[in-house]
Amino acid sequence: MSTLLVRGLEKAYGSGRDTVPVLRGVNLEVPAGSLTAVLGPSGCGKTTLLRVIAGFESADIGVLSLDGRVVSAPGTHVAPERRRVGVVPQEGALFPHLTVAGNVGFGLSRASRRGGRVGEVLDLVGLRGFGDRMPHELSGGQQQRVALARALAPGPALVLLDEPFAALDTGLRAMVREEVRRALRAAGATAVLVTHDQEEALSVADQVAVLSRGRIAQAAAPARLYREPVDLDVATFVGDAVVLDAVACGRHADTPLGRLPLRGAVPSGPGRAVLRPEQVQLVRPGSGVAAVVTGTTFYGHDAVVRLRIPGPGDDIDVAARRQGAPEGLQAGDAVGLLVHGEASFFPQPAAGVR
Amino acid sequence: MTMTSSATADESTVPATPPGRSTRAARPPLALLVPAVVTAALALLPLGYLGVRAFDHGVGEVVDVLWRDRTLRLVLRSLGLAAAVTAAALVVGVSLAWLTTRAWLPGRRTWAVLASLPLAVPSYVAAYAWVAAFPRIPSFVGALLVLTLCCYPYVLLPVAAALQRADPALEEVSAALGRGRLSTFLTVTLAQVRAAAAAGALLVALYVLSDFGAVAILRFDAFTRVIYASYRSSFDGVTAAVLGSVLVLVTVAIVAAEGRSRGRAQQARIGAGAPRRGAPVRLGTVGTAGALAWCALVVGLGIGVPLASLGYWLARGSSAGLQLGELAIAAGATVIVSALGALATTLLAVPVGVLAARYRGSGVRLVEQAAYAGHALPGIVVALSLVFFAVRFAYPIYQQVPLLVIAYAVLFLPAAVGAVRASVALSPPVLEEVARSLGRRPLQVLRDVTLPVAGPGVAAGAALVFLTCMKELPATLLLRPTGMETLATELWGQTQVGAYAAAAPYAAALVLLAAVPTYLLSRQSGGEVRPVGTAGRGVRAAEPHVGGAGR
Repeated sequence: MSTLLVRGLEKAYGSGRDTVPVLRGVNLEVPAGSLTAVLGPSGCGKTTLLRVIAGFESADIGVLSLDGRVVSAPGTHVAPERRRVGVVPQEGALFPHLTVAGNVGFGLSRASRRGGRVGEVLDLVGLRGFGDRMPHELSGGQQQRVALARALAPGPALVLLDEPFAALDTGLRAMVREEVRRALRAAGATAVLVTHDQEEALSVADQVAVLSRGRIAQAAAPARLYREPVDLDVATFVGDAVVLDAVACGRHADTPLGRLPLRGAVPSGPGRAVLRPEQVQLVRPGSGVAAVVTGTTFYGHDAVVRLRIPGPGDDIDVAARRQGAPEGLQAGDAVGLLVHGEASFFPQPAAGVR
Repeated sequence: MTMTSSATADESTVPATPPGRSTRAARPPLALLVPAVVTAALALLPLGYLGVRAFDHGVGEVVDVLWRDRTLRLVLRSLGLAAAVTAAALVVGVSLAWLTTRAWLPGRRTWAVLASLPLAVPSYVAAYAWVAAFPRIPSFVGALLVLTLCCYPYVLLPVAAALQRADPALEEVSAALGRGRLSTFLTVTLAQVRAAAAAGALLVALYVLSDFGAVAILRFDAFTRVIYASYRSSFDGVTAAVLGSVLVLVTVAIVAAEGRSRGRAQQARIGAGAPRRGAPVRLGTVGTAGALAWCALVVGLGIGVPLASLGYWLARGSSAGLQLGELAIAAGATVIVSALGALATTLLAVPVGVLAARYRGSGVRLVEQAAYAGHALPGIVVALSLVFFAVRFAYPIYQQVPLLVIAYAVLFLPAAVGAVRASVALSPPVLEEVARSLGRRPLQVLRDVTLPVAGPGVAAGAALVFLTCMKELPATLLLRPTGMETLATELWGQTQVGAYAAAAPYAAALVLLAAVPTYLLSRQSGGEVRPVGTAGRGVRAAEPHVGGAGR
C-alpha cells in the first residue's frame, strides 16, 4: 500500500472565457494504510478531485504521485487502467450483466480469478457465498460492499470512495460504514473517501481534509480538526460553532461571554472567537453571563439550547449543548452562562465573512 | 491509446489553462473514431456521388433537365400527392385518435389495435392488393387511397399518445369557463396535440415522397417512378441523377421542417405524475353510430380490402398449383441478404452510436448527422447512386451481394444508430470508468462492459433492421445479383405482368414478416399505443422504417 501525494493540483472546466476553475492548488498527503476523508459542501470540487486522482480527468497543473510513482504531472497522464487506483462509485455501479463473482473478478487476471482471490475478498466484506447472485438480487448495502470488494480485489495502490453511503438509508448507513471501515483496515488499504457529511467524515476517517473553494483548507486528525480549526470557514463547517466578536490580547480574548482563554498565542487585535456549544454551560440566573432562552432543539442523545445575550448594541445569539432532554427550559427563561475550556481565535476576518 | 498520451508541446510550456484542455480525457479513442468516420463517409457516399453524377455533362445539361416542363410538372405532381395524402392522413389519424382515446365507443381498445394494423402492411403490398382487386382504379385516386391507408398510423399513434398524456383538467377548466364542447375541442384539445400531429404529418409527407413500390404499382408518375423509368430507358443516367438530386433536396427540406417543429414541440405541465384519465365523452346514439361506421370504414379499407384481395388471389393461385419451391428459394435469398444487411448495418452503427452516446463535440455531432443521411434518402435514389458508383469505380461488386448490403446499410443506419445510441445512453458511464480503473483499456471496456450492457437494445435494433431489409423493394430491385429474386422483387415482377395470383404467396409472406415487428413493438409498449412523440431522437429516427420499407 502506498502514500498518495497531491501537490499544487489545478483543474478548470470549460474553455476560453467560460473557464470555471474547480481545483485551485490542492495539496494533500494520504499516508500509506490510512483512510482520509475529503469533506466539503456540494460543488466544492471534491468529486473532481477524485476523478483527477483516478485518471478519469486530467489535471491542468500539479503533480500526483503514488508511492513516488508520478501518475499525473504537466505532460504526463497515466491512463486510469495503469494507475492501480480502485474506485467505489456512488450507488456501487456494479456491472449489471455480471454475477457478483464476475464483478469482483473483473479486475483480476485469469489465473488469480481461479486462485480463489474472489472468495477471499468476498470474505473480507462479509459476503461469502454470494458469488452466484446477480447485482439486482442484492440490497443497497450489499451492492456497496460488492463494489468495495471489486475495487480491493486487484490489490490497488489506492481506493477511492465517492460518497459511497449517500444512497443508503440512515439506519443502514452507520452499519455499512463500519463494515467498509473494517474491510479497508483488514486489507491494509490506503483510501480516500469523499463526503459532504461531516459526521461521516469525523467518525470514519484517520484524517479529514476540508476542501473549500478549490483548496484544502485543513487536513488533520478528526479530533484535532474539530478542536483546532485553522480558520472560521473550517470552524463553522465542521461541527456547530458559537461565533463571538472578540478582541485578543495575549493568550486571552474579551468577548460578550467574558474574558476567555485562547488556544495558543495570537496577534493582539479584533477578530472572532469560536467555541463549541458543548463548552457553554447553563447555570442558575444570577451567576455567569445573563442570557435568555430563545428555543430548544432535542436530538435524542443531546439537545441544543439557543440563547440570546442582551447587549449594549445588537443582541448576541449563542448555542449550548446539553445531555438529554432540555426539560424545564422554555423560551423566555432567564439563565446564566459559563464557558469551559479554551476558545479558538481568528484575527479580523475579511469583509463579508461571517 | 490516446488516453495514455505523453507530453504535447503546449502542455509542457504553457502553465496557464489552455482552452478546451479539460475535455482531453473525453476525446474519443481513434479505434472508435476511425470506424465511425468510415460509416459516416459510407452513408454520405450516395448523396455525394449523386450530385457529382448529375453534373457529369456539365451545368448546361442539369439546367436543361430542370427546365423541362416535365420536371416542373413532376415536382408539382409529387408534392400534390404528398399534400393530399398528408391532409387525408391527418383527418383520419386525428379523428381515430380522438375516438379511441377520448370518446365512449363500444370496443374502444379493439378499434385502437385494429386501427394501427395497417402499419403491418408494406405499401407496395397494399397497392398490389388494391390493383389486383380493382384493376381499373385511377392512378391518382389509387395512390391517394393506398398511401393514406398505409400512412395514417404515423399520425394516429403520436396523436393518441399525446391525447393520453394531455391533462383533461385543461378541458374541464375550459368547460367551467363556459366554452362549449366543440369550442373546447378546437381551442384546447387540438392545441394539445398539434405538435404530435405535425410531427406525424411530416413523417407521412416524407414517406409519400420516397415511396416507390406503391406509386409504381399503381402507375402514378411520382418522382420515384419517373426516376426509375428514366434510369431504365437511358444509359448515361444524368436525367435520373438530376431528378434524384431534386427529390433529395425536397426531402431534406421536409426533414429540416420536421426538426424545427420538433424543437417547438414542448408541452408544459406543472407537477409530476401521470395525469388523471378524463371521463370518456358520450356521443349520443347517432354520434356513436356514425363514429362506429367511420372506424369500420377505415379499418375495412385499410385492412379488410387488402386481406380479402390477398385471400382471394391466394385461393385462386393455390387451386392452379402453388409454386412452393420458388417461394422457398425467394424466402431463403431474402433471409440471407437481409441477415447480411442487418449484420453490416449494426456493425457500422456501433461506433457511431457509442460515439454519439458517450462523447460531445461538433465533430461527433457531424458524424452522427451523416449517419442519419439515409433518413432523408429515398431507397430508389440510394440504389441509383450506388449503381452509378459501382459501374464506374467498383465494377467487381456491381450486381453483387456486397453492393446490396451497402445499400441496406445506408438506408437503415438511422434505425441501427438510434438503437445503439439509445441503449448505450441508458447504461451509466460510471460503469466504464470503473472498468478502466480495474485495468481495462478503452476498447476492452467497449467489448466487456459497454456492448454487453447495451446488448439487448442493440440486438433489438439489429432485428428491426433485418425485418426492414426483408421488405425493402427499390434498392433490392436495382442492386440484387442477376438471377436472384427476393420476396419483394418476386411480388414486383409478377405484379408488373399482371400475374396477381402468382404474386399472392409473396405478398402473404411479406405481410407476415411485417406483422412480426409491429406485434413485438406493440407488446413492448404494453399494449398501449406508442408515445412516438416523446421518444428519444434515436428512437424517432427508427420510426419511419418500422412499418413500411416498401417505399
